[in-house]
Amino acid sequence: MNVQTTEKSKEQLRAELLKPDVITGSEILLRSLLLEGVDCVFGYPGGAVLYIYDAMHGNPDFNHLLTRHEQGAIHAADGYARSTGKVGVCIATSGPGATNLVTGIATAYMDSVPLVVITGNVATTVIGTDAFQEADITGITMPITKHSYLVRDVKDLARIIKEAFYIANTGRKGPVLIDIPKDVSNATCEFHYPESVNIRGYNPNVIPNRLQVDKMVEAIAESERPVIIAGGGVVAADAAKELLEFVEKTRIPVTTTLLGLGGFPSGHELCMGMPGMHGTYTANHALQNCDLLIGIGARFDDRVTMKVDGFAPKAKKIVHIDVDPAEIGKIVETAIPCVGDVKAVLQLANQKAKPAKSEAWIEWIKETKRKFPLRYKDSDTELKPQYVIELINETTKGDAIITTDVGQHQMWAAQFYKFNRPRSWITSGGLGTMGFGFPSAIGAQMAHPDRLVVSINGDGGMQMCSQELAVCAINNIPVKIVVINNQVLGMVRQWQEIIYDNRYSHIDLAGSPDFVKLAEAYGVKGLRATNKEEARRAWAEALDTPGPVLVEFVVPKGENVYPMVTQGSTIDEMIMGDSE
Amino acid sequence: MSIQRHTISVLVNNQPGVLQRVAGLFGRRGFNIDSITVGASEEAGLSRMIIVTTGDDRTLEQVSKQLYKLIDVIKVVDLSSNPMVARELALIKVNAEPAARPEILGVVETFRASVVDIGPTSLIVQVVGDSDKIDAMVELLKPYGIRELSRTGVTAMIRGSAK
Repeated sequence: MNVQTTEKSKEQLRAELLKPDVITGSEILLRSLLLEGVDCVFGYPGGAVLYIYDAMHGNPDFNHLLTRHEQGAIHAADGYARSTGKVGVCIATSGPGATNLVTGIATAYMDSVPLVVITGNVATTVIGTDAFQEADITGITMPITKHSYLVRDVKDLARIIKEAFYIANTGRKGPVLIDIPKDVSNATCEFHYPESVNIRGYNPNVIPNRLQVDKMVEAIAESERPVIIAGGGVVAADAAKELLEFVEKTRIPVTTTLLGLGGFPSGHELCMGMPGMHGTYTANHALQNCDLLIGIGARFDDRVTMKVDGFAPKAKKIVHIDVDPAEIGKIVETAIPCVGDVKAVLQLANQKAKPAKSEAWIEWIKETKRKFPLRYKDSDTELKPQYVIELINETTKGDAIITTDVGQHQMWAAQFYKFNRPRSWITSGGLGTMGFGFPSAIGAQMAHPDRLVVSINGDGGMQMCSQELAVCAINNIPVKIVVINNQVLGMVRQWQEIIYDNRYSHIDLAGSPDFVKLAEAYGVKGLRATNKEEARRAWAEALDTPGPVLVEFVVPKGENVYPMVTQGSTIDEMIMGDSE
Repeated sequence: MSIQRHTISVLVNNQPGVLQRVAGLFGRRGFNIDSITVGASEEAGLSRMIIVTTGDDRTLEQVSKQLYKLIDVIKVVDLSSNPMVARELALIKVNAEPAARPEILGVVETFRASVVDIGPTSLIVQVVGDSDKIDAMVELLKPYGIRELSRTGVTAMIRGSAK
């Protein structure tokens, strides 16, 4: 098929979809999703969404991926959204189906990921009667959604879907929930999909204020020790290119937060790596010594600032660029607020940007980077988890889409994988959701069939959503699943060792399945490595194998993530650990 | 920063759940609600909430910004940063044996309050005013025995032509 016929058929499809037919709520939903350009929906059927699933039956244009748990569906939608910048969509039934989405909704909310979450509900006639599988999901999710709708009339449905997509993916992005009672999904009306939205109470402030941007430019020109914290907002605004230009014009060293990784190339001479609890020596000390701090799409999370009172004490001014005005001044006193779309602010700044007086500072930073790189004690006899990450980095040239679960492996991946491009690092930062790593990779792979997607998990988190192996197997979704197995809940163990005086409480994961056999039981190829040589071989084999592969790397249980800053300390009070 | 009492006006879409959204926001962000009143506004489809809250300037700024993030919130105004009129209504059911009534009626008259119901052994007093006036009225009626007290919470408006 050549491009022209594809384009034409797209137009034809659109015209067909827009026809003002009298159709059911379910058909309205499917047509609206297609009109919004949704090419894959992740979901799980049940009683209250039977009409919706009935409408999918025999609809060749609508692509739905059946997961094995609603949590898998929403994390997959999340991975889809983070890796593309498009809205991720998932569907679940009422009651338990909807409540199983709660963790995924909170995950997306904390990391500002655009999702449209569709739930069924019991019929409007029985809402409020404790009907079978009834749950007040709009009420339950109010604190963790950007907005939510309970659709009471089918005539409102098309408008609500249009609004939901708009709200989810503009301003500070986030999940929007649409709860559709069963009778509404079967009621009919004439379909009209609105061309535009008009929501009186929602006008995201995206256009930057020139005066503030000018002030920032001046502050930079006067500064001698400036630092940029680049956060997830850089990635969300697709502003990586603008940030690079800004940094090169202003000569300001950059630290990228956990969610900001990939928003600025790791290999750049001015990149200092991650700040905060497990940040690099250079990033943390640069923050403590900077005279000007510029937060860009970063929200000064407690894992970044650690003890706020002693954070960046020498900064004469803090500049904060963010699309969400509520983030300005929430944690740190801000002298120059630049509210607006990060990309737009940086574009404006780039027109006027002047270099800081930072050359001596940059020399100090380069020197510090040389003196205090991220290190670990490698071993010839044992397979170290950091080595596994380095192996993955080396063999994929920093170009894969990496998803992680939560814990030690997540921090090692953040430290030792060298990200070159945005939207290639998918991790639950704000909520820290275990069970996120594997299903989010399925979503990312669905969005990027031609890219290598590697999902890095611990042995704990892998067991929280391992049922989705079935989805990879049956659909031949070629995710390379890494399980770094240290037989314990490693991060909890680390805290118990360092902070709780070696009192190890309920961290032993003995009784975990044989991960290779678990994969094979689902029809996914499984490989195991217990030393460096096996690791290299197994990983090479995994990369050479088309289709999904699970590789278990058996590593020692005593390894800790360093550097580490404990709670209540300032970020320069670092435990350097093994690397000392 | 000093902790102060603020009276905030919040114009919202009259949608199901909007009170829950606003009250929930205050709860989960640890903002205090001293009182909250909701009713129709000058525009069909919109309601106005008057919320009395306490906090320092930084908290107040966060309250306002977080409220604006709610899609159903149209406008937020800190009324107490302007000259304003604030009024509350209270109904006070007070013990009133016939012998005690004249004395109570004297208090009621002084406060320009009114008696809206008379029972065999009790009266319902209605008083309108700012919160201090109502507090004072309640104090004066206490010695007679207050059986039931119901206050509306404050509603308020900026004086003059300021909007």
